[in-house]
Amino acid sequence: MAVTVLIPTTLRMFTEHRSELQLEGSTVGDVIASLADEYPETKKVLFGEDGKLREFINVFVGADNIRDLKGYDTPVKDGDEVMLIPAIAGGSPLESVIGERLGEKLTNDEIKRYSRHLLLKEVGVKGQRRLKAAKVLIVGMGGLGTPLAQYLAAAGVGTLGLIDYDEVEESNLQRQVIHGSRDIGRPKVASAKDSIKQINPLVKVEAYNEKLTAENAEDIISEYDVVADASDNYQTRYLVNDVCVLLGKPDVFGAMYQFEGQAAVYYAKEGPCYRCMYPAPPPAGLVPSCAMGGVVGVLPGIIGTVQANEVIKLIVGGGEPLIGRLVTFDAWRMKWRELKICKDPKCPICGEDPTITEIEEYDYEDFCGIKAKEEEEAEVEGIEPKELKRRLDAGEKITIVDVREPHERAIAKFPEAVIIPIGQLDRRQDELDPDADTVFVCKEGKRSILAVRTLREAGYKGAAYNLKGGTNAWSRDVDSSFPQY
Amino acid sequence: MLVIKEELMAEIRAEAERCYPDECCGFILGKLDGNEKTAVSVTANENRSGNSERYHRFTITADDMLKAEMQARREKLDIIGFYHSHPDCPAIPSEYDRSHALAVYSYIIVSCVNGKAAGITNQQLDPASDYTRFTEEEIRIWQ
Repeated sequence: MAVTVLIPTTLRMFTEHRSELQLEGSTVGDVIASLADEYPETKKVLFGEDGKLREFINVFVGADNIRDLKGYDTPVKDGDEVMLIPAIAGGSPLESVIGERLGEKLTNDEIKRYSRHLLLKEVGVKGQRRLKAAKVLIVGMGGLGTPLAQYLAAAGVGTLGLIDYDEVEESNLQRQVIHGSRDIGRPKVASAKDSIKQINPLVKVEAYNEKLTAENAEDIISEYDVVADASDNYQTRYLVNDVCVLLGKPDVFGAMYQFEGQAAVYYAKEGPCYRCMYPAPPPAGLVPSCAMGGVVGVLPGIIGTVQANEVIKLIVGGGEPLIGRLVTFDAWRMKWRELKICKDPKCPICGEDPTITEIEEYDYEDFCGIKAKEEEEAEVEGIEPKELKRRLDAGEKITIVDVREPHERAIAKFPEAVIIPIGQLDRRQDELDPDADTVFVCKEGKRSILAVRTLREAGYKGAAYNLKGGTNAWSRDVDSSFPQY
Repeated sequence: MLVIKEELMAEIRAEAERCYPDECCGFILGKLDGNEKTAVSVTANENRSGNSERYHRFTITADDMLKAEMQARREKLDIIGFYHSHPDCPAIPSEYDRSHALAVYSYIIVSCVNGKAAGITNQQLDPASDYTRFTEEEIRIWQ
């Protein structure tokens, strides 16, 4: 069958400037294949990297879009006209997220301090005054929050909000370099505020020594222009995303684990949101936290700095923000990757027909499986470290099973414990004495719960307990010579 | 190079002002001879971006484009480019413009500040960059 293919202007340079071609084929798919065969150069315009026809190119047979017919299988007959029609789009550059607001005129001291910014035409006086007017909220003052607070303060962001309810612990200091040894035991936000004042006394700091919750999130976030999510848990990530979508603010996101990190700007006004990328969280407990799995200390320095850079670009305006893109970083292999992320029309909060319209009515703990997890955990009976010690001292027959990883046992061995990894409990349950109590031990008392549940599911009938709070609680309550980590 | 009559440019500016604070958009019809384009008429198109997006986005659907192609064919012309406005933004192409642009076409951008048409630029994808970057295309406006 010979059909007439009408070539739009944009493609004609690849078809020897011909605007009409006679091509053979019995379906639209055939015709397009013979076009690509005869004029191979057209392929780079017509097809994406995945080898499929680009989304913005539409194919019409007569006046009908093949999407409403049978797609590429749409039959064509002699004399039909097939047209390749691109959809056209464009728009203004993303100007500053703070709009036309500018901070007060820069003083001579500020001109000196921010000189290296002022020398960049992309930032300049206008960009610096925008930074001065800007208010940025950093959610979490741990690993990722550290470089965010340090660099944003140094860059001259006018107001920094810090929210965290934790206190500085010794195990934070390996990566949370905004806190020092003298800060152990202090609220993280107080310690960070002091450090920021050292870096740049011109920055106003609002410290919120509390947890971000569905009740307070809208009130707090509405005070800010940009939110940087430096949290370490799924409830907070979904909460920050949702409030940002509803209030029309960008969520500059970062996350990390062990050697890998990722960053993206979720900004529903301009592109996808966090729920477009991750519609649901993983089951609670499946993805371990840094406290369980560890993290290399410089990684938050790298990812948090990427976040700080994105925050600055959103405020100054221009550049290519990390919207609709996700960068991942592998510190062990030293590899960066970039993934394209698309807005999901079915997204429950930023899609065409949103079902989440209010934050306070949404149960984030339930959505993230925290409640179900707590209920499951409550089913496993625990034993307090002091109680275990008393019974051991009384000479009771108790089997202690250490389920920690080999590199953790290298930090310290638990006395009198046998070693059985969780994965081997099923086939090695015969090694346990069902007539005696068995106590499972891990670092925090979480994996030991999993161990008890695994053993029960495998059909073990004897008494099994978890050591509440793990070796860290043992160290606190019974034997301070056992190291906490 | 794009050659265009001042009265067509005036039409584009008027459309930008009419649509402010939203973006306007439309077709440039004319003749294509090698690298030289001569505009013969401009046709405004409804901006099909969503209500809340029109302040910084424009969309011309494939159906609109089909109609314009048919009109061009009837008049023995080609679609040689598109125009759109940047309300309260400079007439420099955005990353979004670039990623949605197609080879050969001229892209006229009108900056519209406080409802008044201001600067104008004309871009096309640069063949030297394998059509991945914009370059300014010369525009000759005659009376």
